Amino acid sequence: MTERIGVYVCHCGTNIAGVVDVAEVSRWAGEHLAGQGVVVSRDYKFMCSSLGQELIQKDIKELGLTRVVVAACSPHLHEKTFRNACASADLNPYLCELVSIREQDSWVHTDKSAATDKAKAIISGGVARVAHHEALEPLRVPIHPATLIVGGGIAGIQAALEIADAGYRVYLVEREPSIGGHMAQFDKTFPTLDCSACILTPKMVDAGNHPNITLLTWSEVVKVDGYVGNFAVTINKKARYVNEELCTGCGICWEKCPWKVTDEVFEAGLGKRKVIYVPFPQAVPKYPVIDAENCAYFLKGTCKACEKFCPTDAIDFTQKDEQITVEVGNIILATGYDLFDVRRIPQYGYGRLPNVYTSLEFERLSNAAGPTGGNIVLRDGKTVPKTVGIVHCVGSRDQNYNPYCSVICCMQSLKFAHLVHERTGAEVYNFYIDMRTPFKDYEEFYQRLLAEGTHFVRGKVAEITDFARTPEEEGRMIIQVEDTLIGKQRRIPVDMVILSAGLEPRQDAKEVGKLFGLACGTAGWFIERHPKLDPVATMTEGIFIAGCAQGPKDIPASVAQGAGAAARVLGKIQQKEISLEPVRASINEQQCSGCRICNGLCPFNAILFHEDRMVSEVNPALCQGCGTCVAACPAGAISGTGFSNEQILSQIEGLLLVNVNGKTTEAVPA
Amino acid sequence: MTDQFEPTIIGFTCNWCSYRAADMAGTARMKYSPNVRLIRLMCSGRLDPTFVFKAFAGGADAVLITGCHPGDCHYVEQNYKALRRYLLLKRVLAQMGIEPQRIKLLWASAAEGAIFAAEINKYVEEVRALGPLHWGKSGNGSKPIVPDEAKESRTEVPA
Amino acid sequence: MTANGNKPKFAMYWAASCGGCEIAVLNIHEKILDVDANFDVVFWPVAMDAKYKDVEAMEDGSILLTLFNGGIRNEENEHLAKLLRRKTKILVAFGSCACEGCIPGLANLCPVGEIVQTAFNTISTDNPHGIYPRTSYDVPEGELHIPKLAPILRPLDQVVDVDYYMPGCPPESHQIAAVVDLVIKVVRGEAELPPKGCVIGVGDSTVCDECPRARNVKSITEFKRIQDVAPVDPTLCLLEQGIPCNGPATRSGCNARCPNVGAQCIGCYGPAEGVLDYGARLISAFASVIDAKEPEEIERILDGIPDPVGQVYRFNLAGSLLKANMDAWRVKAG
Repeated sequence: MTERIGVYVCHCGTNIAGVVDVAEVSRWAGEHLAGQGVVVSRDYKFMCSSLGQELIQKDIKELGLTRVVVAACSPHLHEKTFRNACASADLNPYLCELVSIREQDSWVHTDKSAATDKAKAIISGGVARVAHHEALEPLRVPIHPATLIVGGGIAGIQAALEIADAGYRVYLVEREPSIGGHMAQFDKTFPTLDCSACILTPKMVDAGNHPNITLLTWSEVVKVDGYVGNFAVTINKKARYVNEELCTGCGICWEKCPWKVTDEVFEAGLGKRKVIYVPFPQAVPKYPVIDAENCAYFLKGTCKACEKFCPTDAIDFTQKDEQITVEVGNIILATGYDLFDVRRIPQYGYGRLPNVYTSLEFERLSNAAGPTGGNIVLRDGKTVPKTVGIVHCVGSRDQNYNPYCSVICCMQSLKFAHLVHERTGAEVYNFYIDMRTPFKDYEEFYQRLLAEGTHFVRGKVAEITDFARTPEEEGRMIIQVEDTLIGKQRRIPVDMVILSAGLEPRQDAKEVGKLFGLACGTAGWFIERHPKLDPVATMTEGIFIAGCAQGPKDIPASVAQGAGAAARVLGKIQQKEISLEPVRASINEQQCSGCRICNGLCPFNAILFHEDRMVSEVNPALCQGCGTCVAACPAGAISGTGFSNEQILSQIEGLLLVNVNGKTTEAVPA
Repeated sequence: MTDQFEPTIIGFTCNWCSYRAADMAGTARMKYSPNVRLIRLMCSGRLDPTFVFKAFAGGADAVLITGCHPGDCHYVEQNYKALRRYLLLKRVLAQMGIEPQRIKLLWASAAEGAIFAAEINKYVEEVRALGPLHWGKSGNGSKPIVPDEAKESRTEVPA
Repeated sequence: MTANGNKPKFAMYWAASCGGCEIAVLNIHEKILDVDANFDVVFWPVAMDAKYKDVEAMEDGSILLTLFNGGIRNEENEHLAKLLRRKTKILVAFGSCACEGCIPGLANLCPVGEIVQTAFNTISTDNPHGIYPRTSYDVPEGELHIPKLAPILRPLDQVVDVDYYMPGCPPESHQIAAVVDLVIKVVRGEAELPPKGCVIGVGDSTVCDECPRARNVKSITEFKRIQDVAPVDPTLCLLEQGIPCNGPATRSGCNARCPNVGAQCIGCYGPAEGVLDYGARLISAFASVIDAKEPEEIERILDGIPDPVGQVYRFNLAGSLLKANMDAWRVKAG
């Protein structure tokens, strides 16, 4: 045995010493583990104190220790502390092993003798393991100063502006023809009732004009290569059929285009748009796109009205999709949400009963720039409703659909109630489960609605039907609900129903997650690194999330997250390089047979296959160190630093050295 | 200590979920049986069946494998690889005459300290009921590890 | 064979095995003449007459090279293993049985009594008087002995110290020839022996390294027996066709003999360098590339491997970490 190992048993005051006989453990380790290379074993009141650390450092220097085992608390707490202590005594920090005899022993057991035996076993495992530790260096990688932001809603725009204003390049990718996201569709914003467009448009224009922002609308990310600091992202720019260099955005083309189709995206199916179009007047960028699926030229080869009338010859029917690759150091995903499809709750009648609206439809209906010019009327286009029912929690807080709260629906429904009341004078009923108005000025808004005379019925709507039971119900829709405050079933006839649909993860969130190496939680939202303390970072280094992609939230929270993610990215850019934990897999090329078992196992695409040499290779910068390929390699050709087979197998032997009854079995073979 | 059988169980934990659950059980001073010794891996996907065989061959009475809940893997989906290996491993162990209850897969998130502690207690009782495995003593695989009766005596074939 | 006291001595022994290894040695063709020219063959029961007592009479360490094939199943095997170890400088575990147990090692799945029962008392056995072997029997000439069976079969290195391992069922003749050449060179002082404990006569990777079949990223939705796959694509990786091929985990050196002729590798060359448990490698590799997340679906796919131990430990059970079935372990001396 060439290693000289020091064992340090911490009392942690009485936290450990109150249950584990630390002096006995220390004595035992020095005596029984001498064969494994233990040359000194000590116990001390607080190993993490500066005096405790000095004890270790002194032994490293004076006794020439080559390995250190500290038996104290969880490595998640003090691993760094003891590594640093070793480093400052010129011992490679990765030659130190911290084993937990507090969280895993003294705090969870009451039988003192069993806890003492277990501490011996844990230390024996640590000693056996540490002998196989290797001196490692953290991986340092440079950070490319540009940033990719996916999603041009309010969260993405905010993040883009923050980073661009700090002087760094941003590529803002948006799938639709214009940035703006859902917020651009809204009429008013709660609780202040500012006009959504009035506050959003200036930010959109700023983003569009910013010298540091490259806007890539009508585009989608198709491939992500590389790793933190050095991503190469391939973006597909879909053909617009409009030359952006020549187009001035004058609008003559969409004025002259003779073809109209229903606008399912921006107008939520309520209005129509031309085949060459910008989704809304304030769109950024100002260039239109041709909807090739509906364009007469693409369908029949005739028309070309837009081309004829374009004063700058910007129409280009020969344009093709174009793939560009950008290099960035960090990525922010602000991909937003989809609206819950209310058709999934057939008893609410959407699609069957014409005057049942989704919340997004109502946003367009009440929007002055919308299809009705802001007149709140029924589908016939003229009748003003006299009674309106607004149903909260549609698809949310429901075990049959989404168990989570969609956060914005209560406030949105209150906003709708106010708008209906204000514009039509109609009687408004809000059906809610619980009224959730937790943020600044929200509760006050609720009080305002109460004062306006809106009826609030606490109960989950059972059914919306046109089957009348009384003459009064005839020709109207009836909302069947249990009013839980008075304990009665009620049937409330209304002319219009608005379903406050919940928010859902994007349909393609999983695939997008896979593209960027992110996981989705059970509900489908992207998982943050820590739900409280690190909400915009993810488990994948260099990839951040903001806005509703992370979970349902309102505009202020989305803006805050956009700015927060930007701050995190700026911090990384400022550091210029980062250190990564050197827990990585590597492949012994000679032993690798090129069987390709491992190739598909890495979610981070860190394993490449060299067709020419027929061997696989791990890119250490992409590797996250999970060790799945190490365990899977049939040839045993992959090894993993920090958690090598030798380390783990020795730890198993060490742990089994002392059985629970405390009898020392045979010594671990050296 | 009474005379009842105290099983030795080796537990493999994931750095991001079950190891943190164990930490959490500790921080919250939840009590559980001292029979399980934990090994920290970065991910349940690191679990090599060799480790399980090694534990049994080295004297463990049972092996507990823990990882993030399906869909919650820190490394996207490596826990599914652990699940698949576990299911095949179970079949192999059954053929080797090891009761299927001697290996258990448990999903435990970092927040589930209480579940982690309760499951350990339950499992220790299950293994206690099975009795000791006594597979033999620890070895490195290349040296003879034969139980005493196999080493020292010969079976006389039935007459 | 000529006897010459100046030539280094050579021995070969056949313990619990089929005899294929002996044939493989003869199959090195005219190279066998080199063996004869360079060695004094002192003990090789299958090729020449020799008595155990002659070996016992030799000076310890007087045999330069012994190729020991077969596992240790009975007391005679064990006696010869220990004897030859004592008499030999370079003891080679020759062939899969000696290295890791091979097919005879699969008997470690049953208690020894059951094996005897099966051999002497099943409907396929013609044994009308129910006669079983006895380890000793009195005849007019005296007492006769046959060797007692051990509870489990052990590879050679679980009984004695082994210098080199040469796997294969049997080892490929070109590999044997190469090893013979090497030893001759060593004897002449023209080469050095590899470090003790090495696996010799093998490649440094696994069978896929020598397999010409095209391979891709693997994603398996069904495991099938090769006879149930029709037609087998002659150019594509067998594992990708759902055929559990052990090639990825099996030491190279055979020139991918089986996959080359359309059969899956069954693993006779044993584990790759540094691998502690061969079966564990295959369990992990096969399971990892199953394309399913639901336990029921995974189980359905695993049903395609009806005999997992037979699949992943066909040659390696006795040399694995667990070595034998629990019931075989628990056999008491009878």
